[in-house]
Parts: sequence; C-alpha cells; structure tokens
Amino acid sequence: MIALLIRDLRLALRAGGGFGLGLAFFLILAVLVPLGVGPEPATLALIAPGILWVGALLACLLSLDRIFALDFEDGSLDLLATAPVPLEAVVTIKALAHWLTTGLPLVLISPVLGLLLFLPADAYLWLILSLLLGTPALSVIGTFGAALTVGLKRGGLLMSLLVLPLYIPTLVFGAEVVSRGAQGLAVNTPLALLAGITAGAVALLPFASALVLRINLR
Amino acid sequence: MASFWEYANPLKFMRVTDWLLPIVAVAAVVVTATGLIWGFFFTPDDFRQGATVKIVFLHVPAAMMAINVWVMMLVASLIWLIRRHHVSALAAKAAAPIGLTMTLIGLITGAVWGQPMWGTWWAWDPRLTSFLILFLFYLGYIALWAAIDDPDTGADLTAVLCLVGSVFAVLSRYAALFWNQGLHQGASLSVQPGTRMDWAYKAPLYTCMLGFGLVFLALLLAGTRTEIRARRMKALVARERMA
Amino acid sequence: MLSVQGLACARGGLPLLEGVSFALQAGQALVLRGPNGCGKTTLLRTVAGLQPALAGEVSASTDSIAYAAHADGIKGTLSVRENLEFWAAIYGTRGIGAALEQMNLRALADRAAQNLSAGQKRRLGLARLIVTGRPLWVLDEPTVSLDAASVALFGAVVRAHLAQGGMALMATHIDLGLPEAAILDLTPYKARLPEPGAGGFDEAFL
Repeated sequence: MIALLIRDLRLALRAGGGFGLGLAFFLILAVLVPLGVGPEPATLALIAPGILWVGALLACLLSLDRIFALDFEDGSLDLLATAPVPLEAVVTIKALAHWLTTGLPLVLISPVLGLLLFLPADAYLWLILSLLLGTPALSVIGTFGAALTVGLKRGGLLMSLLVLPLYIPTLVFGAEVVSRGAQGLAVNTPLALLAGITAGAVALLPFASALVLRINLR
Repeated sequence: MASFWEYANPLKFMRVTDWLLPIVAVAAVVVTATGLIWGFFFTPDDFRQGATVKIVFLHVPAAMMAINVWVMMLVASLIWLIRRHHVSALAAKAAAPIGLTMTLIGLITGAVWGQPMWGTWWAWDPRLTSFLILFLFYLGYIALWAAIDDPDTGADLTAVLCLVGSVFAVLSRYAALFWNQGLHQGASLSVQPGTRMDWAYKAPLYTCMLGFGLVFLALLLAGTRTEIRARRMKALVARERMA
Repeated sequence: MLSVQGLACARGGLPLLEGVSFALQAGQALVLRGPNGCGKTTLLRTVAGLQPALAGEVSASTDSIAYAAHADGIKGTLSVRENLEFWAAIYGTRGIGAALEQMNLRALADRAAQNLSAGQKRRLGLARLIVTGRPLWVLDEPTVSLDAASVALFGAVVRAHLAQGGMALMATHIDLGLPEAAILDLTPYKARLPEPGAGGFDEAFL
C-alpha cells in the first residue's frame, strides 16, 4: 500500500512525471485573467475567489488522465489487479498520490496567486481552508473519471466532459466559502457542505472507481 | 402467471412491441395534438402574461419529461447491473437522446418565455442552472456510450456513470439552490391549497403532459428496437467472422 | 493446485472457448498451444481472475496465482532494483537478491529500466514472478524477445520453480526445454455458437 504510494510519488517527481505542470497552469491562468479583465483592483478582487477555484479545478483536471493511463499502457494495471491488494485500495492510493502531487501544491501556491488578484485580506484563510477541504474531492472524483475512460482512445477529452459536471457541487460550495469570507460573512454553512461532499466522495467513490476499473480491465 | 422479466427477452420484446409500438405512436400523436391545440387555441389569455403564457403547454411537459427520462435511465441502469437484461441497458441507451432533446426543448421554450416576462433570454437562476447541468449530464452519458466499442462494457460503464451522475445531479441541484435564489416562479402545478392555475389551463396541460409521456414511450420503444437490431447485426457480423 | 472444470470464456462478447478442463498438481507445468486468436490469452486472464468465466469453474485460490502478461508493467524511470522492490512490497515478500541472481540481472540492478534492451526488460518482467513468492505462475508468451541463452535461462528458472513444488501454466509457441511439461492444444475446444432459433434467453445477441 505504502509501496504503491511511494512508487507513484517517485514516478511523478522523476523526469517526465509531469509534476508541476498543474501548478504552472494555475500560475498562467492567474496571470492571464488580469490581462483579459483589466488591472482594476476592485474588479479583480470581486472575481478572485471564483477564478482561483476554477483555476484549481482545471489544473486538477489536466493531470487526471495520467492517473491510470500510464499503468494501463505498460501493463502494470493488470498486474496490480491480480496482486494481493484490493483494487479499492489501489484507486484510493492513486487518488491520494494525485492529491499530493497536484492538489496540495495548488493549495500552497494559492495565497501567492490571491495576491496577484487582489484577494481581500480576510479571505486568505478561507481560500486555503476551502481548497484544503475541497481538492481531495476533486482528486477522488477525477480518479473515478479516469477509471471510467482508462481503456479508451482519445479518452482525455471525454473524461473532461464526464468529470466537469461532477465537479459542480464542490466548485459551488468552495468558491462560496471564499467569496463569503471576502465579504466578511459567516462561512459555516458552505464550509460544512464542502466538507460533507469531500467526506462522502472519499468514502464512497473508490468503490465505484474500482468497479469500473475491473470492467475496463476484463 | 408469466413473470414480468419475460419481456426482458429480446425476442419476446420485439414480438410484443411489434404490435404495441403503432398503438402507442398513434395515441401519442392524438393526445399531444389534442393537448397542444386545446392549449394554444381554446384557452383564454392570461390577464398579465397575455398569449405568451401558452408556451407553458410545451415548456412544462418537456421539463417534466427531461427529469423523468433520467429517472427511467437510472432504473434501467440498475436493472442491467443487477439482473443483466440486455434490453434494459439498450432501453437506457435509447432514452438518453430523447431526454437530451426534452431538456433542450425545456431550455429553449424557457428562454422564449423568459425574454418577454423577465426581459432576458437567460438568467443564472437555480432552476435554469439545474437544467443546464442536467443537459451536461445527458451529453456526458451519450458521449460515453458513443466512445465504447464493446456493447457489454459500454452498458456497464454507462450504468455506473448514470448511478454516480444521479447522486451528483441531485447535489448540483441543491448547490444551485444554495448559490442563487432566483427569478423563476415556483412549480407551475402545486398541491398547495390556493391553486395558482385555473382548470381552464390545467386540463389541457395535463393532456399535454400525458401526450409527452406517450411520445417518450413511443420514441423509446422505437429506439430500443433499433438498438436491439443494431446489436443483433453486430453479433451476426462477428459470427460471420468467426465461422 | 489448480483445477479447471468445463471452463468457457469470451472476448468482446463472443464466446471463444468452451468445455476446457485440466488440472495441475504441485511440480507440474502445462503449456497451452493453439493458433493465434484461439483464446489462449483470454483463458489465462480468466484463470488469473481478470475476467469472469462464461461457464465452468476455476478452483484455485486467487492468492496462489502470479500472473504475467504480454506487457511487463515495468516503469522506465525506476531502476531494476526499485521495480522489483515495489512488487516485493506489494506481495509482502522480502529480498529480491534471489530473483536478480536467477534471471542474471545482478549487474543491471541499478540501471534505469528504460535503458534496458527488450530482452533484458523481459527478464526483469520474469524476475517479478520469482519475487511474488506465489506457487502458481500463469504466463502469457513469456519468451517473447528473449534470445536463445535467455530462453534456456528461463527454462531453468521454471524447472527450479517446479522442483520446489511450484506450478506453471503457460501459453507459448517456443520449446522451453521442459520435456516434463504437459501440452494442451486448445483447438478442439473452440466454442460453437448456439444455433439460430435454439431459443436461448439472449440468443439474439450471440
């Protein structure tokens, strides 16, 4: 179990592993938005919570198809499926590895990008907290999408079409936490709902992911 | 007493729908035409909304069917996953484009209605947003079916997607409600006392709803028959190749 | 031990094989033969538990099987040692020294797997089997891209495995130098499609 996590992290960090691409994408988005919208601090501050959440979501999406595709191509997935580890655990570890290499760095860099977008000072805590609570759900839901499309040619684009609608509740509650935080309003309700979605997704979706992975391997 | 599941046999299904489909199709056309003509030409104009209100006879049944079709797909997917009846999976596949069209009709008639009423074609109102999201779910479901070659794998994967998607569709609905309390009037038909709609409207509206249900059933039967034939053809080609 | 009774399996919704029965005792090997596309890979995947059987049963506890497919599941950016240590950890076994020794990989242990030749990669893939410590090896074309010396090496490894009470079920066209291995030709087990109109429940699809 731990061995699989270590292997996936090692693969991500070595050459060609694609680590940091999501981060770079997130950064570029934060640079492009002011260039498109205009440098007005008031306007940027208004849209910053939404932009940061949408950016984090798209950055997550970018690296999803790597979760299973490489293991599927070189045959490791067949071997893992016949190994003495439950497939449910394999998909959970894969989601965790994805979160550690994509979600967590996004959380850590988000305050810097908040600075670029004039995010109000009150909102920083809520930005970090909401991303910390929400990105695991993005990884777990994305793992389901990746498992669903693993054997398909040109599965990447299809996966985006399947995964993005599933991201809607997380996005709505996550961005709501930050924008309420920015206005100095109470954030308890959306924060609790966000945490609830993440908890539910982490608890239940690995079973669905393992099921579709088994179907795709047979 | 013959078991209900007998109709899950593709041959029996084809035999029964052979005579059932024309009946349902005729009934669908008659009922829908009656409802629409009644609604459009033989109801009074609303004193505030004028003749615009009559789009309700398209809008409400389409919106209702958009949701009902998804529920039907969910049930059919569950039947496939549990009992593995091919007809069930193919019926879910055939239902999706119909549901997509119903959603689209609901959205377009809504826009046409909303323009004079609210002064805008589109608003990010929870109800409208939910329907747009439902539209995306239909698209994803259809795209997944289209992407998979093996019919059984396709049936399995889309069934799981339908299950998971249903949960997230409901979550999205509540998220949209939470996110923006909107412009849209409450449900047009309400069981609350103090009815909001007069029987002069209700009777043709119910007729239209029944008509849309029959239209869906007719299209569903026709679509499922096509899918069964397509599947049969695929099997025959494979059989040729093997022999 | 492995016992397969009346097994039928399908690929892409089409039945390929039916009525396949055989048994393997400790120390025995069985080689599957048959023309391309006759269902060797499908049969092996069914035995390994990757896909469900249409009919019949496979009686082997799944935790006695080590499966090796066409693809070796090697990660190019990891070294030979790291690749093997990963599988050792997954299977909960210790020590990869014996595997490196037997497949003659000791000198390559610290090289990144992407820099190995095709034959060396294959040897690494087979070394994984030794690492698993499982008694029943299910092997799909194990000798692809091996040179004559490596085939002999692999034959010796299989024989050593059998001598320790292991079992091997293989699909291969090459003579491994294992005269004791039984041979099963799959050609006679080709599935017959049900006659049209025979009245099977889902016959419209077969």
